[in-house]
Amino acid sequence: MAERTSEVVVIGGGLIGLAIAWRLAADGIQVTVCDPTPGSQTSAVAAGMLAPVTEVEYGEDELLALNLASVAAWPGFAAELEELTGRPAGLNRTGTLSVAYDTDDVAALRRLADYQRRLGLEVEELTGREVRKREPLLAAGVSGGVWVAGDHSVDNRRTVAALLRATELTGVRFERQQVSRVLTAGTTAVGVELADGSTIRSAQLIAATGPWSAQLQGIPEELRPPVRPVKGEILRLRVPEAYRPALHHTVRATARGFSVYLVPRPGGELVVGATTTELGYDTRVLAGGVFSLLRDARMVLPITDELELVETVAGLRPATPDNAPILGASGLDGLLWATGHYRNGVLLTPITAQVIAETVRTGQIPDLAAPFAIDRFSAPKVAR
Amino acid sequence: MSDDSLTIAGLELTSRLVMGTGGAPSLEVLEEALVASATELTTVALRRLDPNQQGSVLDVLRKHGIAVLPNTAGCFTAGEAVLTARLAREALETNLIKLEVVADDHTLLPDPVELLDAAETLAADGFSVFAYTNDDPILARRLEQAGCVAVMPLGSPIGSGLGIRNPHNISMIVEAATVPVVLDAGIGTASDAALAMELGCDAVLLATAVTRAERPALMAAAMRDAVNAGRSARLAGRIPRRWHSAQASSPTDGRLSY
Repeated sequence: MAERTSEVVVIGGGLIGLAIAWRLAADGIQVTVCDPTPGSQTSAVAAGMLAPVTEVEYGEDELLALNLASVAAWPGFAAELEELTGRPAGLNRTGTLSVAYDTDDVAALRRLADYQRRLGLEVEELTGREVRKREPLLAAGVSGGVWVAGDHSVDNRRTVAALLRATELTGVRFERQQVSRVLTAGTTAVGVELADGSTIRSAQLIAATGPWSAQLQGIPEELRPPVRPVKGEILRLRVPEAYRPALHHTVRATARGFSVYLVPRPGGELVVGATTTELGYDTRVLAGGVFSLLRDARMVLPITDELELVETVAGLRPATPDNAPILGASGLDGLLWATGHYRNGVLLTPITAQVIAETVRTGQIPDLAAPFAIDRFSAPKVAR
Repeated sequence: MSDDSLTIAGLELTSRLVMGTGGAPSLEVLEEALVASATELTTVALRRLDPNQQGSVLDVLRKHGIAVLPNTAGCFTAGEAVLTARLAREALETNLIKLEVVADDHTLLPDPVELLDAAETLAADGFSVFAYTNDDPILARRLEQAGCVAVMPLGSPIGSGLGIRNPHNISMIVEAATVPVVLDAGIGTASDAALAMELGCDAVLLATAVTRAERPALMAAAMRDAVNAGRSARLAGRIPRRWHSAQASSPTDGRLSY
């Protein structure tokens, strides 16, 4: 079988892999991306929220810092991408409105707002009336909210299209097939074997394999990343022209204890998500998933009834035990991880590409990304 | 307390805190909380999990030697609950089942009629049924008669954190029961768990109070201590309440009176 070489091989052509490939190729490095269908999995399913503030969880301070750095990097990343390709990168700087339905939901929202303020994040608490001044089509029952000016969204399908074009323009090669295994010599990764049996020799592999990371063959058992797939169902609705824009901002809602988000896109698309289930690699869309998303969406946005249900789809989030990504050294020389982004893949695309490109250049991971090394999972943990 | 173990369906438990797994922000946080709680039995929703998936919550339970109690969360009819229980038996190779049949999405209160129906079917089918029930002493009795190995009355609705709204009913259930009584649902903080044990419950099951706390592992440790304290207080025998006159703890005999 033919044997080729490439300075860098990126395994996985989702948003993360494509952005890394583009960054490296723009530096003049010869890059090959291996993926049977680039940009078609999680990257095409996600809602594309850039929500480091509204999605913050107790005890995830290091992840918050990385998320904030990436949201700050997004405008520059989008501008560069647009300048190169002449195509929209999909960034929508709309701000995010977190709303609560009943008084119990308001109490939960206030509790989170207290935590956000303790972290020094900018949040503005609103009454139900103030919320509905900003979004008049929200249900009359919405009784409070929080305005977060810094949380935005991205039309990730546009980002994928722009990145595919950018990689093409910078000379990235594509191998449209599965990597069947990583080739090693001792403790060094030296290339990949593809599904057709051919190989590509490379001194630098980058695994951006998302939910399939633990299945990447050729990696010693003890170095496998603890990444598991977490299924999410999501809907795409179309707002008829007469009702546009049904929403001006991303709306996240807690409605009678249930959580739902609605992400408006220019052009009338409204993305509604998302369910969370751990059912392995199952990507069936279940009736119950669609039902619960629509039930909760119409509770906060009654006009949901009049929107066209265009698409129902399920994707897989690459989850790690602590919800944070795995970046950098793998334990095998010549292989870097850029995976495990869980719910933050779109958000973390610019910063991941930046830190991985820098690691390839300098051999050293930037300080910001150091807490996300894979070896954090083998060190004994002290209870928080 | 080492000889004070609890046996349910052949399962010998030295910890009387049963944990749920729902609501944790991450697997790591859940693991830290489970370890801090010292639980030996933990319930998981079978419908929301693939037993063959590597790195799932089941791996965490195996790693720490915690027994798995599958539940039928999300079932609204007896028929659904029976099917789900059979799936659980097959997938996890256990006869244990925590039977939940709720009436609707919003209250998540048990539907007593469907619950009893499912309990009868499953008990007859060889399951060891832990029945999640309302705090109704008569329903608890009927579930016991149906062959449940444990009755699990709620303190208040799932995830509400409202504590034990009707302690008297819980006492009545405890007094009448000949199977273990596990207080399930509604625990908000440590004193609620202690109260359940003081009322004579054999164990406490909780999830949200820990998983949604700011510091889940710390709350889990608090719950562990509260359950132990409540159990000890129950065994120690509390003093009777005096409503109308105080009784000094130091003797007053022999003092001068004026």
